[in-house]
Amino acid sequence: MIRGFLAALGLVLLWQGFVWLTEVPPFLLPAPSRVAFALADRWESILDHALITAAEILLGLALGALLGIATALVLVAWREGRRWLLPLLLISQAIPVFAIAPLLTLWLGFGMASKVAMATLIIFFPVATAFYDGLRRTEPGLLDLATTMGAGGLSTLWRVRVPAALPSLASGLRVAAAVAPIGAVVGEWVGASAGLGYLMLHANGRSQTDVMFAALFVLMLMALALWFATDWLLRRAIPWQPDSLLTEKVTT
Amino acid sequence: MPAKGTVVLPSLAIPGFRILLPHGLSLGGRPVLGALDLAVPGGRTTALLGPSGSGKSTLLRLVAGLLTVPAGGAVQAGDGAPLAGRVAYMAQQDLLAPWRDVLGNITLGAHLRGEAPDLPRARAMLAEVGLAPGDSQKRPAQLSGGMRQRVALARTLMEDRPLVLMDEPFSAVDAPTRHRMQSLSARLLAGRTVLLVTHDPLEALRLADRIFVLSGSPAVPVAVEVPEGAPPRPAGDPALLAAQAALLERLAEAVA
Repeated sequence: MIRGFLAALGLVLLWQGFVWLTEVPPFLLPAPSRVAFALADRWESILDHALITAAEILLGLALGALLGIATALVLVAWREGRRWLLPLLLISQAIPVFAIAPLLTLWLGFGMASKVAMATLIIFFPVATAFYDGLRRTEPGLLDLATTMGAGGLSTLWRVRVPAALPSLASGLRVAAAVAPIGAVVGEWVGASAGLGYLMLHANGRSQTDVMFAALFVLMLMALALWFATDWLLRRAIPWQPDSLLTEKVTT
Repeated sequence: MPAKGTVVLPSLAIPGFRILLPHGLSLGGRPVLGALDLAVPGGRTTALLGPSGSGKSTLLRLVAGLLTVPAGGAVQAGDGAPLAGRVAYMAQQDLLAPWRDVLGNITLGAHLRGEAPDLPRARAMLAEVGLAPGDSQKRPAQLSGGMRQRVALARTLMEDRPLVLMDEPFSAVDAPTRHRMQSLSARLLAGRTVLLVTHDPLEALRLADRIFVLSGSPAVPVAVEVPEGAPPRPAGDPALLAAQAALLERLAEAVA
């Protein structure tokens, strides 16, 4: 944690030094100090926009995760549905989400709905595929054991396949947490009246590059906070998932 | 009623079973088992030996209901009632659910059937297999290989089925642990109909009342003489060691 912080600090210093030495005009690359001023100066407006973007991200994450989990469960539980849904799932990902952003704005308007839909679409796929993979890769021996114990199909799904697939689901959710901000911001770029993406586009149009960087900085902080919060929650929720890098196992 | 006259006392309560495969069995077009008619006596331990790939596990899976019996074949219990629901299965891997603690794993069967777990009995089983009460809250990842196998044995006993199928149950643990586990399971499973699949001649000779070697291709079970005395037989018995040497030779032939 401290090392990461130091590395970031070093980069900022390098950036400041670069701007000093080369004397780039601020509308091309503002110095970090200038960005900090802009951040302090426009703090209230940036915070307002940030809250809107955060709401879009969190709503998208919740909806996308729920939809992804439901899809994976349907794919595993319903053999006939698998044949129909699996190709659809692939086709939905063959279409770049960025390309349908204008359509979403057209259909759902300039408000939050289109951005939430965008984030949902982008989050849904990693969650669905990771969970579906996990559900399919249940240890066959464990399934055999469940069969000899007289477990029904639904019980096996709910009490064996699902818990066994939770670490895979967690991987999917981590990816989702990392890409969620992309969905919301891209949505805001295409057409919005609020949000950090809107603020960045707006500032860009007026050559207020320092404000752009300030908004970007806040977006980065939000993305990092989201990722770490997700990771922390998932670790707490699934304490038994193996992590050979984190824990030196001591068996007493 | 096959195999009923051969065994006298224990079979009255605990039925044996018979595997009938008049046309053998093929998996994916490859013949694995030849035509066979194998009677497993009730209330006794029967060992099935054979090299890897000889079809021992296939035979066990047939009885466990994990493979469909091919047309013309049958797996019949000695008392004529269906086998389903009367069989407990213990595999080479401990197959503990990593998300459940030790007690949760012992009561997995009830959990999967949606029944209320009998926790006092589960605790008794825990003690029976030689684990401390403090272990009951541990997760499988916190246990050693031998302890995990003990939990698996407790889970098998918890099911309390008259028929127990074991697929190389102790081959993944070290030799001293295996020895202890063999004695333990022989004591705890006494009186049940046990079909034990193993590739270890010593294990078969220590634990079994009857031994069959799967040999030939496609393989058929051939009965082998068993040393005197009731299982678990002491591993140091000269007669048993001599039998082990002979059995090893025989298995080597079965491969060649």
